[in-house]
Amino acid sequence: MSNKNIGSGVIGWIDYRLPIFSTLKHTLVDYPTPKNLNYWWNFGSLAGIFLLIQIITGIVLAMHYTPTVEGAFASIEHIMRDVNYGWLIRYIHMNGSSFFFIVVYIHIFRGLYYGSYKSPREVLWWLGLVILLLMMATAFMGYVLPWGQMSFWGATVITNLFSAVPVVGTAVVEWLWGGFAVDNALLNRFFALHYLFPFLIVGVVVLHIIALHTHGSNNPLGIDKKGPQDSIPFHPYYTIKDLFGLSFVLTIFAFVVFFAPDYLGHPDNYIPADPLKTPAHIVPEWYFLPFYAILRAVPDKLGGVIAMISAILILFVLPWLDTSKVRSATFRPIYQKLFWLFVVDVIVLTWIGGSPAEGKFILIGRIATIYYFAHFLILMPLVGVIETTKPLPNSISESVLKKPIKGGK
Amino acid sequence: MFIINKIIQIFFLLTTIVFFNLTNVNAKSNDSNVDKMHFSFDGIFGLIDKASARRGLQVYTEICSGCHSLKHVSYRNLSGIGFSSDQIISFASQYEVLADPDSEGEVTMRSALPSDRFISPYKNSNQAKYMNNGAIPPDLSLVVKARAGAASYFYSLLNGYKEEPENFDSSNGYYNEAYPGHIIAMPQPLYGEDVEYLDGTEATLEQEIMDLISFLTWTGQPELNERKSMGFRVFLFLIFMTTILFISYKKIWKRVKAGLI
Repeated sequence: MSNKNIGSGVIGWIDYRLPIFSTLKHTLVDYPTPKNLNYWWNFGSLAGIFLLIQIITGIVLAMHYTPTVEGAFASIEHIMRDVNYGWLIRYIHMNGSSFFFIVVYIHIFRGLYYGSYKSPREVLWWLGLVILLLMMATAFMGYVLPWGQMSFWGATVITNLFSAVPVVGTAVVEWLWGGFAVDNALLNRFFALHYLFPFLIVGVVVLHIIALHTHGSNNPLGIDKKGPQDSIPFHPYYTIKDLFGLSFVLTIFAFVVFFAPDYLGHPDNYIPADPLKTPAHIVPEWYFLPFYAILRAVPDKLGGVIAMISAILILFVLPWLDTSKVRSATFRPIYQKLFWLFVVDVIVLTWIGGSPAEGKFILIGRIATIYYFAHFLILMPLVGVIETTKPLPNSISESVLKKPIKGGK
Repeated sequence: MFIINKIIQIFFLLTTIVFFNLTNVNAKSNDSNVDKMHFSFDGIFGLIDKASARRGLQVYTEICSGCHSLKHVSYRNLSGIGFSSDQIISFASQYEVLADPDSEGEVTMRSALPSDRFISPYKNSNQAKYMNNGAIPPDLSLVVKARAGAASYFYSLLNGYKEEPENFDSSNGYYNEAYPGHIIAMPQPLYGEDVEYLDGTEATLEQEIMDLISFLTWTGQPELNERKSMGFRVFLFLIFMTTILFISYKKIWKRVKAGLI
């Protein structure tokens, strides 16, 4: 990162002492990007924008929110009714978390399809998973803050999971609660941590971007750049493409925020928390449902918790479970089919997670859970060895000129 | 402009999906006895009928407020359903609230101001419980959006006091077809002709229920009308901006696609 072509004057003077402008130019303007990225590559920058939306709306909400069991619910209604455009800010924040997860999940599935986790991008992949874990913790704690029925009972169910830990379980749970029940102490610390974690995410995002720019973006062909003819500068080509994608997604987002703001939430969370009244079905937010299904698929508390945590941790070793040398699923006929089967499996798990744990749902949930782990532990190592891959193109620029890369496959 | 057509199609498709789900979510309920009804505030253009909500306020004031509080709503909020400030002042002044302690430390009462919240029928939850066989009548501010099935559920609930089945044990409560479990602590609140509407509308049971639902939908979502009209403008703007950005994107990328860069 040199300060060469950043010019003279004030900017040049500062940049000579603190290379902030040349760094920005390097990451947002000059960054050489493969020519052939399709629309699935839009979701990284989209995730960044949604993180920003969450932080900005969240800070405004925090100015009006009261983190006490007596005042929390009423302060949310105060925001919805008395604060100028408070309803808009809160609906953006509520649905923004859902959209953040949609965007990040698509970003992860894109990585799975095109082998973006493979050498030399393993650490980039890990950092992404760390962001996912932080997001999950943040979203869970955020959902507790309105102190409605689902907030309270969700917090009760999830914090009680730690009691599955042998010997020290109960002590750990009481330490988390700061008392002997889900109460004010928990609400207070969740508020503090819910405010802190997004900034930790920002930190990891910076590392994620540094790791990304070290070896550059992967691309739909999964082959390395051979020379300057394979890449174009980020600006204006990908800035305009990302802006178009952002505007498109914001349109859908606005539709939900303005016309169906409570669609993704649960009606029970508009009932104030009542420790004496358990809701008929305690369901987490939709983005946790696959993991909730895995938790409930195991007929043992500790086993269920281990399975649920493993479902994410297994992704950390994915670069070594995948034995194939070829990155992109486009050239891997068997893995390509398995990928879509895996997508279906996750959708099934989402559906099971939202259904009551009874009858046929239990069986389907168990089969889907076994398949989830089999995909990573058995199928991925095996397929990489037995599969005959299609011939890879010689270079990115060559294939761009032959035929435009269509989105998706 | 094939691609633009395609984008418009996708927009249309997504919009329809969300829209149908949106109307479906009202029918989604844990009980099959909930009929899907149509309300003025349904869909993306549907707004709350203010005249109906004002009649609903009358039903709430004369019937429901005997047991149910409305503690998140202030009298001043009634401007949202078309009350003038004079009307609000005189409406609020009918009620008494606790005043601040006077200079001698005595607690006194004063008449309510527009800035006060709707007064509650009970001093506290223990009294509410004591007066109602142990069941606290829920606060109605958010009740429509706090129930699966929302407005349709309330329509069915208030219409659901049908003849009880033969083996029904009435010692636990009243029979209601729409209530989950069918045993409800609330006796039938509305029969028709329960109020005499100030605007002369005939107070049939159907009319009273629809008016009450309009009012309680408004208390739960006082921003609804403003939200939808703002949403429509935002949506149009974003479609316009997306189109412009798409055209710019295609223009900027032309040279790359042609292999010149």
